[in-house]
Amino acid sequence: MMTTQILYALTGCVIVALGLRGALLHASLLQRIVAINVMGAGVFMLLIAVAYRGPGLPPDPLPHALVLTGIVVAVSATALALALARRLHAEQDDD
Amino acid sequence: MINILSSILILAGVFFYLAGSIGLLRLPDLYSRLHALTKADNLGLGLLIAGLALHSQDLFTVLKLLLIWLAVLAASATSAHLIARQARRQETDS
Amino acid sequence: MKTMTLHVFDGLLLLSIVALAWASLATTDVRRSVILFMAFGLVLAVAWGRLLAPDVALAEAAIGAGLSGALLLAAVHRQPRPLSPVSSNDSRHQGPNGLSIVVRWAVTLLSAALAGTLAWALLHAFSSTPHNMLPQAISGNLAASGVSNPVTAVLLNFRAYDTLLELAVLLTAVLGIFSLGQATPGYQPAGPVFDGLVHWLVPVLILMAGYLLWVGAHAPGGAFQAGAALAAAGVVLRLAGRSRIGLPDGSALRIVMAAGVGVFLLVGLSLLLLGRPFLGYPPAWAGALILLIETAAMLSIAATLLLAFLGGQPESTGVKAAAKQQREEISL
Repeated sequence: MMTTQILYALTGCVIVALGLRGALLHASLLQRIVAINVMGAGVFMLLIAVAYRGPGLPPDPLPHALVLTGIVVAVSATALALALARRLHAEQDDD
Repeated sequence: MINILSSILILAGVFFYLAGSIGLLRLPDLYSRLHALTKADNLGLGLLIAGLALHSQDLFTVLKLLLIWLAVLAASATSAHLIARQARRQETDS
Repeated sequence: MKTMTLHVFDGLLLLSIVALAWASLATTDVRRSVILFMAFGLVLAVAWGRLLAPDVALAEAAIGAGLSGALLLAAVHRQPRPLSPVSSNDSRHQGPNGLSIVVRWAVTLLSAALAGTLAWALLHAFSSTPHNMLPQAISGNLAASGVSNPVTAVLLNFRAYDTLLELAVLLTAVLGIFSLGQATPGYQPAGPVFDGLVHWLVPVLILMAGYLLWVGAHAPGGAFQAGAALAAAGVVLRLAGRSRIGLPDGSALRIVMAAGVGVFLLVGLSLLLLGRPFLGYPPAWAGALILLIETAAMLSIAATLLLAFLGGQPESTGVKAAAKQQREEISL
């Protein structure tokens, strides 16, 4: 249990809360997508803080692999969400 | 000895970054801000990389660091040009 | 003294990360929000480097800040008007979204409660003795995994099934994007300065992608970072108004898109036929098989990310499309 781990883990929790609040409260669809990405970044920070073992020791590679997967999945989900938003705008403009 | 030299270079680089950021905040219009940001930041990066290159183990790392500096130089110069050109166009249109 | 400096550095870094996240979500201007989010992603990459996670730092800088930022900026550029609900008359009791102050405070408290619960669970987990089972198993079996970078070993050998499913998720996302419409119209051709940059930047990016793919076996790197570098090359070509951005046409495109999942499945099933478990590489062949799968995955990831940036099914270029256009013009 190290100070560094606790610092980063707590910051991760704060960022998850910021992202959730933004995702629920924002008006613009694009800003909600940004907020969900911020929430994802908070979760990644939690995972990597848990994986950190100290300045000399090699970190735990399993959460790193999970976060790597998470980053790629997050960007593909963002791309799909943006395509949906674009189609939504096009449908709205038509009526 | 290497530590002292490298620290001086890195501190000088940080000073130039600071100058660039102050220029971003304090200068009056877009063009002067772009000017300050691009020039000061790239010089700062060059000094930083020189300081880091003194610490590297082999020539390959030094070459990689130089490649990073050249790439950032080219990319930031191009983007500054594009931003300034677009701002100029918007000025002459309106 | 050294740990003290490091703690000060950590404090400043975390403060700037939280400040950037806050500023990105507090502003009402969407463009500013996206740009602050890109800065947030880059500072986050520094944090990953600080926490000894260089593979994740590479991926975050390239994909999380770079490609996500490019996607979001392109979307902002297309839709300057936000998709907002109708504003009502009574604006005293309502915030900018039309939601009442009560609802806004309720959501803020809910988020704070979530953060508090997470923090409590984490502190509880940290105070108990850490069990080292999984990291020891990983480092113990690293020699037989075919690579020496533990993250690559976990991604492509020990948890290969998860990576296979992740590539399938990528494919599904791009199929969804395809079904939603055509690609966005391209950009105007670049001026001499940008064109000159593109001229040498794209080959350097392609070389860098190859290097990252190769070095991922024994140093930070791998298929995802390499795929992101290739996708960046395609994005730069697209932004410079080129018509050919590196994507093949028609059925060749579909083959490249499916190559990641396809090669992975082929390797797994052939190992099944040879009597080994699914995706259980024999230690002598593990390195070569991992490189094969990573190459296919890199091409697939690059194509997927570039198609995501295009925003839909690309208009065809190339010989077949030109011939088809000629036939249509003759028949008209």
